[in-house]
Amino acid sequence: MEAVDQKAIEFQSVSFRLPNGRTLLHHLDLSVAAGETLVLLGRSGCGKTTTLKLINRLLDPTGGQVLVENRATTEWDAIRLRRRIGYVIQEVGLFPHFTIEENIAVVPRLEGWGEDRIRARVRELLILVGLDFEQFARRYPRELSGGQRQRVGVARALAADPPILLLDEPFGALDPITRREIQQEFRSLQRRLGKTMVFVTHDVGEAFLLASRIALLKEGKLVLLGRPADFLQSRDPEVQAFASCLGAPEAAAAPALSRVEGTP
Amino acid sequence: MNLWQFLIGHRAEVFQLSLEHLFLVGVSTGIAILIGVPLGIALTRRPALSKPILGFANVMQTVPSLALFGFLIPLNIYLFHVRIVGGIGARTAIAALALYGLLPIIRNTFIGIQGVDPAIREAGKGLGMTDRQLLFQVEIPLALGVIIAGVRVATVIAVGTATIAAAIDAGGLGRYIFRGLRMNDNTLILAGAVPAAAMALAADFFLGWVENLFGRGAGARLGRRRVVLAAALFFTVALAVWAVVSFRSGAASGRITVGSKDFTEQIILGEIIAQTIESKTGLRVERRFDLGGNLAHDALVAGEIDLYVEYTGTALTAILKLPPISDAKEVYRRVKEEYAARYGLEWSEPLGFNNTFAILVRGGDAQRLKLRAISDASPYAPKWRAGFGQDFMSRPDGYEGFARAYGLKFLQVREMDLSLTYRALADGQVDMIAGNSTDGLIARLGLAQLEDDRSYFPPYDAVPVARRAALENYPEVGAALKSLGGAISVEEMRRMNLAVDGERRAPKEIVEEFLRNRGLENKK
Repeated sequence: MEAVDQKAIEFQSVSFRLPNGRTLLHHLDLSVAAGETLVLLGRSGCGKTTTLKLINRLLDPTGGQVLVENRATTEWDAIRLRRRIGYVIQEVGLFPHFTIEENIAVVPRLEGWGEDRIRARVRELLILVGLDFEQFARRYPRELSGGQRQRVGVARALAADPPILLLDEPFGALDPITRREIQQEFRSLQRRLGKTMVFVTHDVGEAFLLASRIALLKEGKLVLLGRPADFLQSRDPEVQAFASCLGAPEAAAAPALSRVEGTP
Repeated sequence: MNLWQFLIGHRAEVFQLSLEHLFLVGVSTGIAILIGVPLGIALTRRPALSKPILGFANVMQTVPSLALFGFLIPLNIYLFHVRIVGGIGARTAIAALALYGLLPIIRNTFIGIQGVDPAIREAGKGLGMTDRQLLFQVEIPLALGVIIAGVRVATVIAVGTATIAAAIDAGGLGRYIFRGLRMNDNTLILAGAVPAAAMALAADFFLGWVENLFGRGAGARLGRRRVVLAAALFFTVALAVWAVVSFRSGAASGRITVGSKDFTEQIILGEIIAQTIESKTGLRVERRFDLGGNLAHDALVAGEIDLYVEYTGTALTAILKLPPISDAKEVYRRVKEEYAARYGLEWSEPLGFNNTFAILVRGGDAQRLKLRAISDASPYAPKWRAGFGQDFMSRPDGYEGFARAYGLKFLQVREMDLSLTYRALADGQVDMIAGNSTDGLIARLGLAQLEDDRSYFPPYDAVPVARRAALENYPEVGAALKSLGGAISVEEMRRMNLAVDGERRAPKEIVEEFLRNRGLENKK
């Protein structure tokens, strides 16, 4: 498979230091192949979200460089770069003054698409994330449940068909049952779309369910990078700490493990 | 006459003044929005600037309105050859009102935009919005409710403050309020205050409704292009209106502008001079009456008016800041000399009466206690309350020296508007006031004037003061003024004042009568 060998995103010895001197990332080396889903796993504050924001240039590295499609992010025009990268955040960040339709249409509209094309695309995306167009298009975000809002967030990120998708704990705020359902749906969506995805989570079950590869971060450093199978064999204490969570009640329901092992 | 009858009877004038009021409020608030909103937005991009700018706006709001007017009148600020600030009239009132409105608008714009949920801002950025797109599509629509709340506060402040604009001849409902205070007429005060209050409530209600509408996110419903268009249109109209106002009130050649201070006698004197110039020279006369405080002097120096009637003692102490002198001729000589040297202003011939401070008590008290002169009253002062106008309290020939000269120690001294002191005395709220010796109310309210037996007060001879340039351009004006020398006695002045304040007659009509009788006498 040639596609897997193409690097969509590459981190070359990337460091990130805050103006106050605190270092959030130390010399991170990492690459994401086109079409794969890399899950960034780790405890709160380990640098997962920072890593994600370095990809769409919400942050610039203070050392090293991040390449997107073989070009350093600092050489990209930030706006052009971001429009090629879908972005879903935990708080969803839907615009409360826009209807669902308008929210999804934001990027196509910025890109200057015609109204007919936008409408067709919104319809298509709502079907994709499992929401009825007639029922939801004209509603406002506050009239939707958390799970519905999250689906709209994903649809909005996909609107202009970006090759790369960044997801920052997108299902973190949902109740466990809804989260399970939406994870399952997302998994099938992932297969159909074949996009390059970087997915941040601290939920190890979610990581096993969705990841092609997992990158475990601890205090701004990469502890392990490998396939879920590699993960279980590691002797590193941080890896084992996470692996042990797979047995915890919340993750137990994950029908994931067997299937994940079956994934090439 | 009750308020309702008055409003019905004068509906055309009430409507006119309400329109003027609305115009002042609308244009000034519009300008405050045009300056305040972009400034508030700029602050969100450079928060370091927020302290000095909000501080400035804060200070502007604490400056008393008359002080702000006094500061703005001598200014000459031009924009595209149109004077936008300075002088008397609507232009300066609008500038002052706009300055007052800035604070709530800047502050609410700043706070509203800063208050947008950071997650929403980040989502917008992450989706690839430019800063401008983020601002216009996300931040401003979400902050609109808060911004409009600021506009609402600014508007209500402007409706209230605009009543003061009457002090610089800018019109509005303040005219009734000032006139009512001066004439001791409750109905007239209410005729100004009630419509102004109604206007404030209506504006508050309407903008509250709009705020609610936009607070619920209706901002996005308006097309973005249409918003920009509407803003541009609004801007153009506001600018055009201001330009028209600026042009219209600009000093024009071929006519003489007569000013007056803001009390009855001054308006009568202004009218006497205006009518005399009209009949003797044929020049067109513009009347800019009712200027509060020392604004008439400021306007004269700034060339906004060509002449008004000043009092020698006031000019000496309050304007030239020289120590009081008691000899009338000497005072006149000094002020004439100093005005010519300092301001290029010319004093004409005295009109013939001295409007000194009249120390007044109730007629009943004067009889009972056998009071004739001020020194007779000093034993009673410790049991008395006194009520003095702001002017009397602060001027160098006022309260402090007066109390010292007569050794008066009052139980209490209350500072209030001059026009309110008469009523306070008549009602027994206070026991001694300092009024004007020519005031018609003295006789009407049965008050007794105590003699200045220690000659404390300097003479206050009424004399027209004019700009030298105006007299050189129109020498016939100088001749017309000369013809009024010694023409008005204290009794005549008091009678005319009473006719306006007591009998509610129009100054114009009384002056016509006065000049007609004088003409007959002269022919005899």
